[in-house]
Amino acid sequence: MSLINRRSFLATAAAASAALSAPMVLAQGRPKVIVIGGGAGGATAARYIAKDSDGAIDVTLIEPTRQYYTCFFSNLYLGGFWEYENLGHSYGTLASEYGINVVHDWAVGVDRDAKTVSLAGGHTLPYDRLIIAPGIDFVDGSVPGWDISAQARMPHAYKAGSQTQLLKHQVESMREGGTFAMVAPPNPYRCPPGPYERVSMVAHVLKERNPTAKILILDPKANFSKQALFEDGWSRHYDGMIERIGPDFGGGNVEVRPEAMEVVIDGEVQAVDVCNVIPAQKAGRIAHLAGVTDEGGWAPVTPTDMRSRVDDSIFVLGDSSNQGAMPKSGFSANSQAKVAANNVRADLTGSRVFPARYSNTCWSLIGTDDGIKVGASYEPGTDQIESVSSFISAVGEDAGLRQRTYEESIGWYEGITADIFG
Amino acid sequence: MHRFGLILIATLAGVLAAPAIAQTQIRAEALGDPESGQTVFLRDCAFCHQIGSDARNGVGPQLNRIYDRGAGSIDGFNYSPGLRRMGVDGLVWTYETLDAYIANPRALVSGTRMSYRGLRDEQERHDLLAYLRAYSDQPQNIPESAPTARPTLPELSTDTLQIVGDPEYGEYLSGECITCHQRSGADQGIPSIVGWFEEDFVVALHAYKQGLRPHPVMQMMASRLDDEQIAALAAYFASLNE
Repeated sequence: MSLINRRSFLATAAAASAALSAPMVLAQGRPKVIVIGGGAGGATAARYIAKDSDGAIDVTLIEPTRQYYTCFFSNLYLGGFWEYENLGHSYGTLASEYGINVVHDWAVGVDRDAKTVSLAGGHTLPYDRLIIAPGIDFVDGSVPGWDISAQARMPHAYKAGSQTQLLKHQVESMREGGTFAMVAPPNPYRCPPGPYERVSMVAHVLKERNPTAKILILDPKANFSKQALFEDGWSRHYDGMIERIGPDFGGGNVEVRPEAMEVVIDGEVQAVDVCNVIPAQKAGRIAHLAGVTDEGGWAPVTPTDMRSRVDDSIFVLGDSSNQGAMPKSGFSANSQAKVAANNVRADLTGSRVFPARYSNTCWSLIGTDDGIKVGASYEPGTDQIESVSSFISAVGEDAGLRQRTYEESIGWYEGITADIFG
Repeated sequence: MHRFGLILIATLAGVLAAPAIAQTQIRAEALGDPESGQTVFLRDCAFCHQIGSDARNGVGPQLNRIYDRGAGSIDGFNYSPGLRRMGVDGLVWTYETLDAYIANPRALVSGTRMSYRGLRDEQERHDLLAYLRAYSDQPQNIPESAPTARPTLPELSTDTLQIVGDPEYGEYLSGECITCHQRSGADQGIPSIVGWFEEDFVVALHAYKQGLRPHPVMQMMASRLDDEQIAALAAYFASLNE
């Protein structure tokens, strides 16, 4: 990109966004990092690189939405435990306090030879290091009868925002005694306990508003995350309301008919009132366009630094990465981002590299004041990130501990969102 | 008795070196319910073990004064070589070691002859241990004496406390903490760790590492921090202001 093009881009972008200001004009000669995706992985990485390099690195964050709604805690919004506004976060602090150039646009291409990223708006930005953290996309055709055009009738609500609002509205306005169906995803997918926490939250709403309603989970997996804890909680809070059909009974052979509001389970047609379809998942689109994904649809990375196995100048974070034992979660992405940020800075400024340390904890809410958690710490293994120790809540814990666990999850939400968005 | 010795040593260390905080503080805790423990004893133990005024060795050794007794130390009882060896190696029956042995005998003592599959129910073990205590330990009614008294602060050498932390390393490591504990010092649901005295910070993390503080996430986090890393984190967080 020539200087003139760059300046004209700056002028346009500055007009469009107050976020762009002095730091980028002064950026001549500084090494450039582009981060694609402003979620738990990308925004954390951008913030840590900018913060710890004290202006020595020019950081650009590309994220299409101005207001980012976290997927984590969106189930609590469905259940009425969290306000929608409190899921939303803006990028103002990253721009004003950390000097990050926040560009609200879609990244639509990566030229790895020229080391540039092209944007839907027509601009092309150069990078020295690129961080790809676009989250998930859905695998076309994984649920027969469903594609993205059906998301208004059968929402996925697996990228938070208007989809989450739509699903909440559908649940709350469901006819008396109706059926809520969930088509659960196959592994691997974002937030392993997420679908089951969601079922808990929907059950909580229905128990209050529509107690004769039923919940049907159609699940291609034989087992799921925190299964014993959820099933114990469901029998205590929502006895008889929730039925799960696993793969042995056709839960893996499901077709949906959005127009008719029907699901077909192993050939049996059933009418439903609300249908939450969570399709099979793969890395976000830009990871595929950049050519850093494998045949499984995820981007393989080295366990010591989250660096792409395909390209040394690229790091892939969070849900899109294929890293080993860590679950796809906001906590994991945030943890991985700090390791990558440390290595990106070392690449570009020669700062100290510290050994990689990763961790994850997933809190879930089953009912009022009934919180559970699972977590582990991780280290780089020979080929993959490996778990070194773990813990999980126990069935039969006393109510006080469950309440503290829930309160702790709220503290965690405040903590991690401050760590991501500044 | 060894607990009193420990306090004495810790107190001396406190006088000689600086931080008195390194002392192992002892606090009495309620054990389980001895009446329920008797039920467990009669159900699971009484076929082989006797306890009380007329207790004698039978298939298993009598269990009077089991607390603070060296493993395999009753003269004339035919212990397994494995248990005898553990006794020689220094295994003493304390609340912790008895708890582990009863939970899974073979996991603690290889080749033990106690053919008991183990008691997995934690509450039942606590009750049983409370029952055994009624026949054990002199003076048994002083709450501060073992086994009711438990340490609440970790045992730390003065060397550990004198490590000077590297705040830059601490800042990197703090990434793991900041995900939950806010840099701003806000403490909703999760306590603030900003602006602590370094020694308090070091002692708290070692207390998690040694299992004296109970939180599972913190125990996991602390379990893989070495002394240098704990000192580095303490130095970093002490440098922050709320």
